[in-house]
Amino acid sequence: MAEITLKDIIKEENLVYKRSKIMTNKTLSYCPGCGHGTAHQIIAHTIQDMGIQEQTIGVSPVGCSVLMYDFLDLDIQQAAHGRAPAVATAIKRLMPDKFVFTYQGDGDLAAIGTAETIHACNRGENITIVFINNGIYGMTGGQMAPTTLAGMPTSTSPYGRDTSMMGNPLKITELLAMLPGTYYVTRQAVHTPRAVRQTKKAIRKAFENQKLNRGVSFVEIVSNCNSGWKLPPVKANEWMVENMFPFYPLGDMKVDGELVNK
Amino acid sequence: MEKELRLMKGNEAVAEAAIRSGADAYFGYPITPQSEVLEHLMLEKPHERTGMVVLQAESEVSAINMVYGAAGCGRMVMTSSSSPGISLKQEGISYIAGAELPCLILNVVRGGPGLGTIQPAQSDYFQSTKGGGHGDYRLIVLAPASVQEMYDFVELGFNLAFKYRNPVMIQSDGIIGQMMEKLEIGPQKQRRSAEEIAKQCPWATVGKPENRERNIITSLDLVSARQEQHNHKLQAKYKEIQEKEVRYELINCDDAEYIIVSYGSSARLSMKAMDILRAKGVKVGILRLITLFPYPTKIIQELTPKVKGFLAVEMSCGQMVEDLRLAVEFKKPVEHFGRVGGMVPSPEEIVEALEQKIIGG
Amino acid sequence: MAKIRGAVVVDVEACKGCSVCVVACPSQVLDLAKEVNGKGYNYSYMKNPEACIGCENCAIVCPDGVITVYKVKVA
Repeated sequence: MAEITLKDIIKEENLVYKRSKIMTNKTLSYCPGCGHGTAHQIIAHTIQDMGIQEQTIGVSPVGCSVLMYDFLDLDIQQAAHGRAPAVATAIKRLMPDKFVFTYQGDGDLAAIGTAETIHACNRGENITIVFINNGIYGMTGGQMAPTTLAGMPTSTSPYGRDTSMMGNPLKITELLAMLPGTYYVTRQAVHTPRAVRQTKKAIRKAFENQKLNRGVSFVEIVSNCNSGWKLPPVKANEWMVENMFPFYPLGDMKVDGELVNK
Repeated sequence: MEKELRLMKGNEAVAEAAIRSGADAYFGYPITPQSEVLEHLMLEKPHERTGMVVLQAESEVSAINMVYGAAGCGRMVMTSSSSPGISLKQEGISYIAGAELPCLILNVVRGGPGLGTIQPAQSDYFQSTKGGGHGDYRLIVLAPASVQEMYDFVELGFNLAFKYRNPVMIQSDGIIGQMMEKLEIGPQKQRRSAEEIAKQCPWATVGKPENRERNIITSLDLVSARQEQHNHKLQAKYKEIQEKEVRYELINCDDAEYIIVSYGSSARLSMKAMDILRAKGVKVGILRLITLFPYPTKIIQELTPKVKGFLAVEMSCGQMVEDLRLAVEFKKPVEHFGRVGGMVPSPEEIVEALEQKIIGG
Repeated sequence: MAKIRGAVVVDVEACKGCSVCVVACPSQVLDLAKEVNGKGYNYSYMKNPEACIGCENCAIVCPDGVITVYKVKVA
């Protein structure tokens, strides 16, 4: 048997994975190892797999992912800070046959945009919300977020989040699962291949659900902020597993409109 | 076709005009004295009449961002509020202006500052005409003085908004919004089809087909040189608007020695004051502003050499009068008269102000 | 017995050297290069290509989508 060479393997007919064509050629503006990029790739692959590029409108937030429209080859509106669910509400109401999603960070969705988030979910808008929770304001340089863990240092809680003074980390996803307007609520991650595969299933379900017109599909992705946490990427992921996951446990909270009993 | 006459409140007229002009959506939040807009829309079931989307948002902030979303899809969309609510919308309006989206915003002005009063005022002139939110931008501002104009300016406003891809504001006040008058209403227009919208608004985010670049609605550009270019482009647009879209009404100005410059309810009150003064033999005319931005500087400059003075009458402590002074360039006396805090000037007070501040001054 | 052989191609200039792919690989195929790319990142490369099974793990965790995966069955 002749020895097989790399040249024999690397051929078009042997291709099993490549970057989605829904991703543009622009270099992502995210830091090395940032989960935002992974989440983008998953969304792009999902839209490609479903063949819905022409039917999809995205809404980007303010924060690190404000430039999402540079990276995803889709029609996208960039919303004011926290207002993406209101923007998406209007888009979907006017074009009910389209797939509409927002992509928001924790400061955007769970602090300044709390009202828009809760009311869009409570109205049962037939949209998909992808929520990246890394417990920090990344874009502005690592300030305390609504989801910052108790005791976690940030640039505006340099001695750690003192909950007696600064309030408690907000489990907004648990809160949203309680609302009758949410149809699917889940918390996922993108730090390992297994987590990515799970998240991809969740995002797919969250988009497919829009065909049912049953309300909001909400996917939280607990993610890293290497720069904000001041850790190298792999270490940041380990820190996330040890510290973030106990407080923000992964898994489905609501499926097909029914709360999941844990 | 026979005219269809109705007796309606100004606020209701706006709602009816929105449906009949083929608007796609309205997003609002209750606030006195303009809640009849949303109330009338809900009563009229526009979702059944034309398929128009009407939604009560959780706040003015949310409502204006819904307007952003709908406008970004090329839809004919409007919102309405009153002064404190309009203040809340300013962030969204700035984004809409920056992203160059067409939309219509009605402000039924009440007295301020702060929660102020629910009674009528015109003290939002600066906010309407100088931008309102952050950054260098302008709205096209229409000032109705009757229920008929409340109705008519909806379609006019939408047309201007789409012509210039710019937010248009109807700056009304609590009197015009609340009073009932006879008005003539137009026929029901068809809403545009999705195909017509895509053709009219090739920039709209309606889903990216293979054969075109993706459409992006944003006001962000982190490259300063490009952001500066964008600002220059906006300014060129505002200049064009100033050249082409000035609207006003001249009343008895041909022989006038004194001119009252006013708009909205104040202009109506000034009409009575003009009658009283004319009966006394004082030659008074009125320049009624229909557009607050663009301001009718040119006609004021034409009138300036022919008259002895101007009186700005507005329900504010003196806002529009600043633009009047800039137009007159101190060549003739310019004074201001107004009542504020929800107080409405009487024609007699306007007469007295003109006699004391201009004629006797 | 059929054996699976895989290979990955890293877009060297787009790689940011985060090494998330390196730890995601079940066969210890990948490592960061001693050399840097145009942006100064130690990019990911196949240090041990014979061990690659084309499982895609490295590619799907890559935030920047710089890894393409190929796979063949070898008789």
